[in-house]
Amino acid sequence: MKLLHHIGAYFLMLRMVFIKPTKGKVMRKLIFQDIQDLIIGSIGIVAFLSFFVGGVVSIQTALNIESPLIPKNLVGFATRQSMILEFAPTFMCIILAGKVGSFITSSIGTMRVTEQIDALEVMGINSVNYLVFPKIIAMLLLPLVINVSMFLGILGGYAATLYGGFSSSADFIEGIQLDFRPYHVAYAFIKTLVFAMILATIPSYHGYFMKGGALEVGKAATVAFVWTSVVIIVVNYFITQLLLT
Amino acid sequence: MIVLTDISKSFDGREVLKGISMTFEQGKTNLIIGQSGSGKTVLLKCLLGLNQIDGGTMVFDGKAFGIMEDSERRTLRREMGMVFQGSALFDSMNVLENVMFPMRMLSTKNESEMRAAAEEVIERVNLIDAHNKLPAELSGGMQKRVAIARAVVMKPKYLFCDEPNSGLDPKTAIVIDNLIREITQENNITTVINSHDMNSVMEIGDTILFLKDGVKAWEGKKEHIFKTDNQAINDFVYSSRLMKKVREVYQE
Repeated sequence: MKLLHHIGAYFLMLRMVFIKPTKGKVMRKLIFQDIQDLIIGSIGIVAFLSFFVGGVVSIQTALNIESPLIPKNLVGFATRQSMILEFAPTFMCIILAGKVGSFITSSIGTMRVTEQIDALEVMGINSVNYLVFPKIIAMLLLPLVINVSMFLGILGGYAATLYGGFSSSADFIEGIQLDFRPYHVAYAFIKTLVFAMILATIPSYHGYFMKGGALEVGKAATVAFVWTSVVIIVVNYFITQLLLT
Repeated sequence: MIVLTDISKSFDGREVLKGISMTFEQGKTNLIIGQSGSGKTVLLKCLLGLNQIDGGTMVFDGKAFGIMEDSERRTLRREMGMVFQGSALFDSMNVLENVMFPMRMLSTKNESEMRAAAEEVIERVNLIDAHNKLPAELSGGMQKRVAIARAVVMKPKYLFCDEPNSGLDPKTAIVIDNLIREITQENNITTVINSHDMNSVMEIGDTILFLKDGVKAWEGKKEHIFKTDNQAINDFVYSSRLMKKVREVYQE
Protein backbone atom coordinates (compact mmCIF):
# COMPACT_ATOMS: atom_id res chain seq x y z
CA MET A 1 0.00 0.00 0.00
CA LYS A 2 2.83 2.36 0.93
CA LEU A 3 4.60 1.51 -2.33
CA LEU A 4 1.45 2.35 -4.29
CA HIS A 5 1.25 5.68 -2.45
CA HIS A 6 4.85 6.46 -3.45
CA ILE A 7 4.24 5.47 -7.07
CA GLY A 8 1.14 7.69 -7.19
CA ALA A 9 2.96 10.62 -5.57
CA TYR A 10 5.90 10.14 -7.97
CA PHE A 11 3.67 10.40 -11.05
CA LEU A 12 1.79 13.39 -9.61
CA MET A 13 5.17 15.05 -9.10
CA LEU A 14 6.08 14.30 -12.73
CA ARG A 15 2.86 16.01 -13.83
CA MET A 16 3.79 19.09 -11.79
CA VAL A 17 7.21 19.21 -13.50
CA PHE A 18 5.62 20.14 -16.80
CA ILE A 19 3.00 22.69 -15.71
CA LYS A 20 3.37 26.34 -14.64
CA PRO A 21 6.87 26.72 -16.09
CA THR A 22 9.55 28.98 -14.64
CA LYS A 23 10.65 32.07 -16.61
CA GLY A 24 12.78 31.09 -19.64
CA LYS A 25 15.77 33.23 -18.69
CA VAL A 26 15.94 31.81 -15.18
CA MET A 27 15.35 28.26 -16.43
CA ARG A 28 18.20 28.54 -18.96
CA LYS A 29 20.61 29.46 -16.18
CA LEU A 30 19.40 26.56 -14.03
CA ILE A 31 19.79 24.11 -16.93
CA PHE A 32 23.38 25.21 -17.60
CA GLN A 33 24.16 24.93 -13.88
CA ASP A 34 22.74 21.39 -13.81
CA ILE A 35 24.63 20.41 -16.98
CA GLN A 36 27.78 21.53 -15.17
CA ASP A 37 26.94 19.66 -11.95
CA LEU A 38 25.37 16.49 -13.33
CA ILE A 39 26.94 15.91 -16.75
CA ILE A 40 30.32 17.64 -16.98
CA GLY A 41 31.03 16.81 -13.34
CA SER A 42 30.49 13.11 -14.09
CA ILE A 43 32.75 12.77 -17.12
CA GLY A 44 35.95 12.31 -15.09
CA ILE A 45 34.76 9.38 -12.98
CA VAL A 46 32.98 7.77 -15.96
CA ALA A 47 36.14 8.05 -18.11
CA PHE A 48 38.35 6.58 -15.38
CA LEU A 49 36.04 3.66 -14.60
CA SER A 50 35.29 2.87 -18.24
CA PHE A 51 38.93 2.74 -19.26
CA PHE A 52 39.89 0.29 -16.53
CA VAL A 53 36.76 -1.85 -16.74
CA GLY A 54 37.24 -2.13 -20.52
CA GLY A 55 40.78 -3.32 -19.79
CA VAL A 56 39.57 -5.89 -17.27
CA VAL A 57 36.86 -7.20 -19.65
CA SER A 58 39.44 -7.77 -22.39
CA ILE A 59 41.90 -9.47 -20.01
CA GLN A 60 39.17 -11.75 -18.61
CA THR A 61 38.02 -12.66 -22.11
CA ALA A 62 41.56 -13.35 -23.32
CA LEU A 63 42.36 -15.50 -20.28
CA ASN A 64 39.24 -17.61 -20.81
CA ILE A 65 39.99 -18.44 -24.43
CA GLU A 66 41.67 -21.83 -24.21
CA SER A 67 40.69 -23.45 -27.49
CA PRO A 68 42.99 -22.63 -30.43
CA LEU A 69 39.89 -22.84 -32.63
CA ILE A 70 38.47 -19.63 -31.16
CA PRO A 71 39.80 -16.65 -33.13
CA LYS A 72 41.89 -14.06 -31.31
CA ASN A 73 39.64 -11.27 -32.57
CA LEU A 74 37.05 -12.45 -30.02
CA VAL A 75 38.78 -10.30 -27.37
CA GLY A 76 37.98 -7.11 -29.28
CA PHE A 77 34.52 -8.36 -30.19
CA ALA A 78 33.59 -9.25 -26.59
CA THR A 79 34.98 -5.99 -25.24
CA ARG A 80 33.00 -3.96 -27.77
CA GLN A 81 29.77 -5.87 -27.16
CA SER A 82 29.94 -5.72 -23.36
CA MET A 83 30.85 -2.03 -23.35
CA ILE A 84 28.19 -0.95 -25.85
CA LEU A 85 25.34 -3.20 -24.76
CA GLU A 86 25.62 -3.27 -20.99
CA PHE A 87 28.58 -1.73 -19.23
CA ALA A 88 28.37 1.79 -20.62
CA PRO A 89 24.59 2.32 -20.62
CA THR A 90 23.46 0.23 -17.64
CA PHE A 91 26.28 -0.07 -15.15
CA MET A 92 27.51 3.47 -15.68
CA CYS A 93 23.97 4.66 -14.92
CA ILE A 94 23.95 2.61 -11.71
CA ILE A 95 27.27 4.17 -10.74
CA LEU A 96 25.80 7.57 -11.58
CA ALA A 97 22.79 6.75 -9.39
CA GLY A 98 25.30 6.92 -6.53
CA LYS A 99 27.06 10.07 -7.69
CA VAL A 100 24.40 12.13 -9.45
CA GLY A 101 21.42 10.62 -7.59
CA SER A 102 22.74 11.33 -4.13
CA PHE A 103 23.73 14.85 -5.21
CA ILE A 104 20.18 15.53 -6.45
CA THR A 105 18.51 14.04 -3.35
CA SER A 106 20.75 15.81 -0.89
CA SER A 107 20.59 19.20 -2.62
CA ILE A 108 16.77 19.16 -2.91
CA GLY A 109 16.42 17.53 0.53
CA THR A 110 18.53 20.26 2.13
CA MET A 111 16.32 22.87 0.47
CA ARG A 112 13.28 21.10 1.97
CA VAL A 113 14.82 20.96 5.47
CA THR A 114 15.84 24.62 5.40
CA GLU A 115 12.38 25.73 4.16
CA GLN A 116 13.79 27.00 0.84
CA ILE A 117 11.15 24.97 -1.03
CA ASP A 118 8.41 26.50 1.14
CA ALA A 119 9.88 29.92 0.30
CA LEU A 120 9.54 29.16 -3.43
CA GLU A 121 5.93 28.01 -2.94
CA VAL A 122 5.02 31.11 -0.94
CA MET A 123 6.38 33.27 -3.78
CA GLY A 124 3.91 31.49 -6.09
CA ILE A 125 6.65 29.59 -7.92
CA ASN A 126 6.08 25.98 -9.04
CA SER A 127 8.94 24.54 -7.00
CA VAL A 128 8.78 21.13 -8.71
CA ASN A 129 9.25 22.71 -12.13
CA TYR A 130 11.98 25.01 -10.80
CA LEU A 131 13.94 22.18 -9.19
CA VAL A 132 13.29 19.06 -11.28
CA PHE A 133 12.75 20.25 -14.86
CA PRO A 134 16.31 21.59 -15.37
CA LYS A 135 17.70 18.30 -14.06
CA ILE A 136 15.64 16.31 -16.56
CA ILE A 137 16.83 18.52 -19.43
CA ALA A 138 20.45 18.34 -18.26
CA MET A 139 20.27 14.55 -17.99
CA LEU A 140 19.15 14.34 -21.63
CA LEU A 141 22.84 14.90 -22.39
CA LEU A 142 23.72 11.65 -20.62
CA PRO A 143 24.12 9.74 -23.95
CA LEU A 144 27.18 11.95 -24.59
CA VAL A 145 28.74 10.72 -21.35
CA ILE A 146 27.82 7.14 -22.23
CA ASN A 147 29.41 7.67 -25.63
CA VAL A 148 32.65 8.66 -23.90
CA SER A 149 32.29 5.58 -21.71
CA MET A 150 31.91 3.27 -24.73
CA PHE A 151 34.92 4.77 -26.50
CA LEU A 152 37.21 4.74 -23.47
CA GLY A 153 36.08 1.25 -22.44
CA ILE A 154 37.07 -0.14 -25.83
CA LEU A 155 40.28 1.92 -25.76
CA GLY A 156 41.05 0.50 -22.30
CA GLY A 157 40.48 -3.01 -23.64
CA TYR A 158 42.77 -2.30 -26.59
CA ALA A 159 45.52 -0.97 -24.33
CA ALA A 160 45.25 -3.89 -21.89
CA THR A 161 45.27 -6.42 -24.73
CA LEU A 162 48.38 -4.99 -26.33
CA TYR A 163 50.17 -4.36 -23.02
CA GLY A 164 49.41 -7.89 -21.79
CA GLY A 165 50.26 -9.46 -25.14
CA PHE A 166 46.90 -11.29 -25.33
CA SER A 167 46.26 -10.47 -28.94
CA SER A 168 47.68 -8.35 -31.72
CA SER A 169 46.51 -4.87 -32.56
CA ALA A 170 45.16 -6.09 -35.91
CA ASP A 171 43.16 -8.89 -34.26
CA PHE A 172 41.64 -6.53 -31.69
CA ILE A 173 40.68 -3.95 -34.31
CA GLU A 174 39.24 -6.71 -36.49
CA GLY A 175 37.24 -7.87 -33.46
CA ILE A 176 35.72 -4.48 -32.74
CA GLN A 177 34.68 -4.18 -36.39
CA LEU A 178 33.33 -7.73 -36.63
CA ASP A 179 29.56 -8.00 -37.18
CA PHE A 180 29.04 -4.42 -35.97
CA ARG A 181 25.38 -3.43 -35.83
CA PRO A 182 24.69 0.30 -35.45
CA TYR A 183 21.31 -0.65 -33.96
CA HIS A 184 23.15 -1.82 -30.82
CA VAL A 185 24.42 1.72 -30.29
CA ALA A 186 20.92 3.07 -30.88
CA TYR A 187 19.61 0.52 -28.35
CA ALA A 188 22.21 1.71 -25.83
CA PHE A 189 21.25 5.36 -26.34
CA ILE A 190 17.52 4.63 -26.05
CA LYS A 191 18.22 2.81 -22.77
CA THR A 192 20.39 5.67 -21.60
CA LEU A 193 17.67 8.24 -22.23
CA VAL A 194 15.17 6.18 -20.20
CA PHE A 195 17.72 5.75 -17.41
CA ALA A 196 18.50 9.48 -17.54
CA MET A 197 14.83 10.23 -16.83
CA ILE A 198 14.92 7.75 -13.91
CA LEU A 199 18.20 9.23 -12.63
CA ALA A 200 16.79 12.75 -12.65
CA THR A 201 13.35 12.05 -11.20
CA ILE A 202 13.57 9.29 -8.55
CA PRO A 203 16.30 11.06 -6.51
CA SER A 204 14.36 14.34 -6.96
CA TYR A 205 11.23 12.66 -5.59
CA HIS A 206 13.09 11.39 -2.52
CA GLY A 207 14.61 14.81 -1.88
CA TYR A 208 11.44 16.79 -2.52
CA PHE A 209 9.18 14.75 -0.25
CA MET A 210 11.64 14.05 2.53
CA LYS A 211 10.73 14.89 6.10
CA GLY A 212 12.97 15.58 9.07
CA GLY A 213 16.41 17.09 9.47
CA ALA A 214 20.00 16.73 8.34
CA LEU A 215 20.21 13.04 9.29
CA GLU A 216 17.15 12.26 7.15
CA VAL A 217 18.79 13.96 4.15
CA GLY A 218 21.53 11.30 4.28
CA LYS A 219 18.97 8.52 4.70
CA ALA A 220 16.91 9.85 1.80
CA ALA A 221 20.01 9.88 -0.43
CA THR A 222 20.67 6.21 0.42
CA VAL A 223 17.05 5.20 -0.19
CA ALA A 224 17.07 7.14 -3.48
CA PHE A 225 20.22 5.30 -4.61
CA VAL A 226 18.70 1.90 -3.79
CA TRP A 227 15.41 2.63 -5.59
CA THR A 228 17.08 4.24 -8.60
CA SER A 229 19.34 1.17 -9.01
CA VAL A 230 16.44 -1.26 -8.60
CA VAL A 231 14.28 0.59 -11.13
CA ILE A 232 17.16 0.83 -13.64
CA ILE A 233 17.82 -2.93 -13.39
CA VAL A 234 14.13 -3.83 -13.81
CA VAL A 235 13.56 -1.34 -16.66
CA ASN A 236 16.77 -2.61 -18.32
CA TYR A 237 15.27 -6.10 -18.44
CA PHE A 238 12.08 -4.92 -20.11
CA ILE A 239 13.84 -2.60 -22.59
CA THR A 240 16.20 -5.42 -23.59
CA GLN A 241 13.23 -7.74 -24.08
CA LEU A 242 11.47 -5.12 -26.18
CA LEU A 243 14.36 -3.95 -28.33
CA LEU A 244 16.65 -6.93 -28.74
CA THR A 245 14.44 -9.98 -28.91
CA MET B 1 -6.91 43.47 6.38
CA ILE B 2 -7.41 39.72 6.82
CA VAL B 3 -10.61 38.41 8.39
CA LEU B 4 -10.73 34.82 9.60
CA THR B 5 -14.06 33.25 10.46
CA ASP B 6 -14.47 29.89 12.15
CA ILE B 7 -11.27 28.37 10.70
CA SER B 8 -10.76 24.66 11.34
CA LYS B 9 -8.04 22.27 10.24
CA SER B 10 -7.40 18.59 10.98
CA PHE B 11 -4.53 16.22 10.27
CA ASP B 12 -5.30 12.48 10.23
CA GLY B 13 -8.52 13.05 12.18
CA ARG B 14 -6.81 15.20 14.83
CA GLU B 15 -8.27 18.70 14.99
CA VAL B 16 -5.40 21.19 15.12
CA LEU B 17 -7.39 24.40 14.66
CA LYS B 18 -10.90 24.68 16.08
CA GLY B 19 -13.15 27.55 15.03
CA ILE B 20 -10.60 30.36 14.94
CA SER B 21 -12.07 33.79 14.20
CA MET B 22 -9.88 36.89 14.12
CA THR B 23 -9.24 40.13 12.27
CA PHE B 24 -5.67 41.06 11.36
CA GLU B 25 -5.55 44.80 10.76
CA GLN B 26 -3.74 46.68 8.02
CA GLY B 27 -0.71 48.75 9.01
CA LYS B 28 -0.48 46.86 12.32
CA THR B 29 1.74 44.08 13.60
CA ASN B 30 -0.64 41.27 14.49
CA LEU B 31 0.84 38.57 16.69
CA ILE B 32 -0.22 34.94 17.01
CA ILE B 33 1.17 33.64 20.26
CA GLY B 34 0.93 30.35 22.10
CA GLN B 35 2.93 27.38 23.29
CA SER B 36 4.65 24.99 20.88
CA GLY B 37 2.01 22.72 19.35
CA SER B 38 -0.81 25.19 19.89
CA GLY B 39 -1.47 25.53 16.15
CA LYS B 40 0.34 28.82 15.38
CA THR B 41 2.40 27.51 12.47
CA VAL B 42 -0.56 25.59 11.03
CA LEU B 43 -2.66 28.77 11.10
CA LEU B 44 0.15 30.72 9.41
CA LYS B 45 0.49 28.03 6.73
CA CYS B 46 -3.28 28.17 6.17
CA LEU B 47 -3.02 31.94 5.67
CA LEU B 48 -0.21 31.40 3.17
CA GLY B 49 -2.21 28.75 1.33
CA LEU B 50 0.40 26.07 2.08
CA ASN B 51 -2.24 24.18 4.13
CA GLN B 52 -5.85 23.98 2.98
CA ILE B 53 -8.43 24.81 5.63
CA ASP B 54 -11.18 22.25 6.33
CA GLY B 55 -13.81 24.79 7.36
CA GLY B 56 -14.39 28.52 7.76
CA THR B 57 -13.47 31.49 5.58
CA MET B 58 -10.39 33.63 5.04
CA VAL B 59 -11.05 37.04 3.51
CA PHE B 60 -8.13 39.12 2.23
CA ASP B 61 -9.22 42.76 1.79
CA GLY B 62 -12.76 41.77 0.91
CA LYS B 63 -11.81 38.78 -1.30
CA ALA B 64 -12.70 35.35 0.04
CA PHE B 65 -9.83 32.89 -0.50
CA GLY B 66 -12.17 29.90 -0.79
CA ILE B 67 -13.96 31.13 -3.91
CA MET B 68 -10.94 32.55 -5.71
CA GLU B 69 -9.93 31.24 -9.15
CA ASP B 70 -6.43 29.75 -9.47
CA SER B 71 -5.18 32.89 -11.21
CA GLU B 72 -6.57 35.08 -8.39
CA ARG B 73 -4.85 32.87 -5.83
CA ARG B 74 -1.57 33.19 -7.72
CA THR B 75 -1.98 36.97 -7.74
CA LEU B 76 -2.72 36.92 -4.01
CA ARG B 77 0.39 34.80 -3.40
CA ARG B 78 2.43 37.45 -5.14
CA GLU B 79 1.06 40.03 -2.72
CA MET B 80 2.42 38.03 0.21
CA GLY B 81 5.88 38.14 1.75
CA MET B 82 7.15 35.58 4.21
CA VAL B 83 10.01 35.56 6.70
CA PHE B 84 10.73 31.97 7.68
CA GLN B 85 11.93 30.84 11.09
CA GLY B 86 15.27 29.70 9.65
CA SER B 87 15.37 32.59 7.14
CA ALA B 88 15.22 30.10 4.18
CA LEU B 89 17.76 32.03 2.15
CA PHE B 90 19.06 30.34 -1.01
CA ASP B 91 22.50 29.01 -0.09
CA SER B 92 24.05 29.36 -3.51
CA MET B 93 23.05 33.01 -3.94
CA ASN B 94 24.62 36.06 -2.33
CA VAL B 95 22.60 38.69 -0.46
CA LEU B 96 21.84 40.78 -3.55
CA GLU B 97 20.79 37.75 -5.60
CA ASN B 98 18.58 36.48 -2.76
CA VAL B 99 16.79 39.82 -2.55
CA MET B 100 16.49 40.11 -6.34
CA PHE B 101 15.18 36.54 -6.66
CA PRO B 102 11.40 37.24 -6.31
CA MET B 103 11.67 40.03 -8.90
CA ARG B 104 13.64 37.81 -11.28
CA MET B 105 10.95 35.17 -11.04
CA LEU B 106 7.82 37.28 -10.97
CA SER B 107 8.34 40.80 -12.24
CA THR B 108 8.88 42.26 -15.69
CA LYS B 109 11.53 44.73 -14.50
CA ASN B 110 14.87 44.86 -16.28
CA GLU B 111 18.17 44.05 -14.57
CA SER B 112 19.02 47.62 -13.54
CA GLU B 113 15.51 48.28 -12.15
CA MET B 114 15.66 45.05 -10.16
CA ARG B 115 19.10 45.90 -8.85
CA ALA B 116 17.99 49.39 -7.82
CA ALA B 117 14.90 48.03 -6.01
CA ALA B 118 16.96 45.36 -4.25
CA GLU B 119 19.62 47.88 -3.18
CA GLU B 120 16.92 50.14 -1.78
CA VAL B 121 15.52 47.46 0.54
CA ILE B 122 19.00 46.17 1.45
CA GLU B 123 19.85 49.71 2.53
CA ARG B 124 16.57 49.86 4.45
CA VAL B 125 17.56 46.81 6.50
CA ASN B 126 21.09 48.22 7.04
CA LEU B 127 23.00 45.58 5.11
CA ILE B 128 24.59 47.74 2.46
CA ASP B 129 28.07 46.27 3.04
CA ALA B 130 26.89 42.67 2.76
CA HIS B 131 25.83 42.68 -0.91
CA ASN B 132 28.20 39.99 -2.09
CA LYS B 133 28.19 37.78 0.97
CA LEU B 134 26.70 34.30 0.93
CA PRO B 135 24.12 33.39 3.62
CA ALA B 136 26.67 31.12 5.32
CA GLU B 137 28.92 34.15 5.89
CA LEU B 138 26.21 36.10 7.73
CA SER B 139 25.19 36.09 11.40
CA GLY B 140 21.68 34.93 12.39
CA GLY B 141 20.48 38.52 12.77
CA MET B 142 21.87 39.53 9.36
CA GLN B 143 20.23 36.50 7.74
CA LYS B 144 16.90 37.57 9.23
CA ARG B 145 17.37 41.06 7.83
CA VAL B 146 18.08 39.63 4.37
CA ALA B 147 14.95 37.48 4.71
CA ILE B 148 12.93 40.60 5.59
CA ALA B 149 14.43 42.46 2.62
CA ARG B 150 13.52 39.57 0.30
CA ALA B 151 10.00 39.40 1.74
CA VAL B 152 9.28 43.11 1.22
CA VAL B 153 11.12 43.79 -2.05
CA MET B 154 7.96 43.07 -4.09
CA LYS B 155 6.03 45.55 -1.90
CA PRO B 156 3.63 42.96 -0.49
CA LYS B 157 0.23 43.79 0.96
CA TYR B 158 0.61 41.01 3.52
CA LEU B 159 3.74 40.07 5.46
CA PHE B 160 3.96 36.83 7.44
CA CYS B 161 6.77 36.08 9.86
CA ASP B 162 7.30 32.72 11.56
CA GLU B 163 9.15 33.33 14.82
CA PRO B 164 11.37 36.01 13.27
CA ASN B 165 13.60 36.39 16.30
CA SER B 166 14.07 32.78 17.37
CA GLY B 167 17.71 31.95 17.97
CA LEU B 168 18.71 35.60 18.29
CA ASP B 169 20.08 37.40 21.34
CA PRO B 170 17.56 39.77 23.03
CA LYS B 171 19.14 42.94 21.62
CA THR B 172 19.20 41.69 18.02
CA ALA B 173 15.69 40.29 18.49
CA ILE B 174 14.42 43.76 19.39
CA VAL B 175 16.19 45.25 16.36
CA ILE B 176 14.43 42.71 14.11
CA ASP B 177 11.05 43.26 15.80
CA ASN B 178 11.32 47.02 15.40
CA LEU B 179 12.44 46.69 11.79
CA ILE B 180 9.35 44.62 11.01
CA ARG B 181 7.09 47.13 12.74
CA GLU B 182 8.68 50.11 10.95
CA ILE B 183 8.37 48.42 7.54
CA THR B 184 4.75 47.51 8.36
CA GLN B 185 3.88 51.11 9.18
CA GLU B 186 5.87 52.67 6.32
CA ASN B 187 4.21 50.47 3.70
CA ASN B 188 0.83 50.04 5.41
CA ILE B 189 1.18 46.23 5.29
CA THR B 190 -1.01 43.69 7.10
CA THR B 191 1.66 41.86 9.10
CA VAL B 192 1.04 38.60 10.94
CA ILE B 193 3.81 37.29 13.21
CA ASN B 194 4.04 33.94 14.91
CA SER B 195 5.86 34.17 18.19
CA HIS B 196 6.20 32.76 21.66
CA ASP B 197 8.53 35.49 22.76
CA MET B 198 7.00 37.82 25.35
CA ASN B 199 9.56 40.53 24.52
CA SER B 200 8.14 40.65 20.99
CA VAL B 201 4.61 40.75 22.35
CA MET B 202 5.39 43.77 24.49
CA GLU B 203 7.51 45.44 21.81
CA ILE B 204 5.34 45.18 18.70
CA GLY B 205 2.08 43.40 19.57
CA ASP B 206 -0.54 45.80 18.19
CA THR B 207 -3.10 42.97 18.09
CA ILE B 208 -2.60 39.65 19.80
CA LEU B 209 -4.26 36.29 19.18
CA PHE B 210 -3.48 33.69 21.83
CA LEU B 211 -3.96 30.07 20.79
CA LYS B 212 -4.18 27.16 23.18
CA ASP B 213 -4.61 23.61 21.87
CA GLY B 214 -5.93 24.94 18.57
CA VAL B 215 -8.57 27.18 20.16
CA LYS B 216 -8.59 30.97 20.41
CA ALA B 217 -8.10 31.41 24.13
CA TRP B 218 -7.66 35.20 24.17
CA GLU B 219 -7.56 38.21 21.89
CA GLY B 220 -6.50 41.73 22.71
CA LYS B 221 -3.81 44.39 22.64
CA LYS B 222 -0.47 44.42 24.43
CA GLU B 223 -1.73 47.07 26.85
CA HIS B 224 -4.46 44.68 28.04
CA ILE B 225 -2.28 41.64 28.52
CA PHE B 226 -1.32 42.50 32.13
CA LYS B 227 -4.87 43.34 33.08
CA THR B 228 -6.74 40.33 31.84
CA ASP B 229 -8.20 37.68 34.13
CA ASN B 230 -7.97 35.04 31.43
CA GLN B 231 -6.29 32.05 33.09
CA ALA B 232 -4.85 30.59 29.89
CA ILE B 233 -3.03 33.77 28.82
CA ASN B 234 -1.87 34.43 32.38
CA ASP B 235 -0.39 30.92 32.60
CA PHE B 236 1.47 31.57 29.33
CA VAL B 237 2.64 35.11 30.07
CA TYR B 238 3.72 34.46 33.63
CA SER B 239 5.47 31.16 33.03
CA SER B 240 8.90 32.76 33.56
CA ARG B 241 10.27 34.27 36.76
CA LEU B 242 11.06 37.48 34.92
CA MET B 243 7.47 38.03 33.91
CA LYS B 244 6.22 37.16 37.42
CA LYS B 245 8.57 39.85 38.74
CA VAL B 246 7.29 42.30 36.10
CA ARG B 247 3.72 41.60 37.26
CA GLU B 248 4.67 42.28 40.89
CA VAL B 249 6.30 45.59 39.96
CA TYR B 250 3.38 46.47 37.65
CA GLN B 251 0.84 45.77 40.39
CA GLU B 252 2.80 47.84 42.92
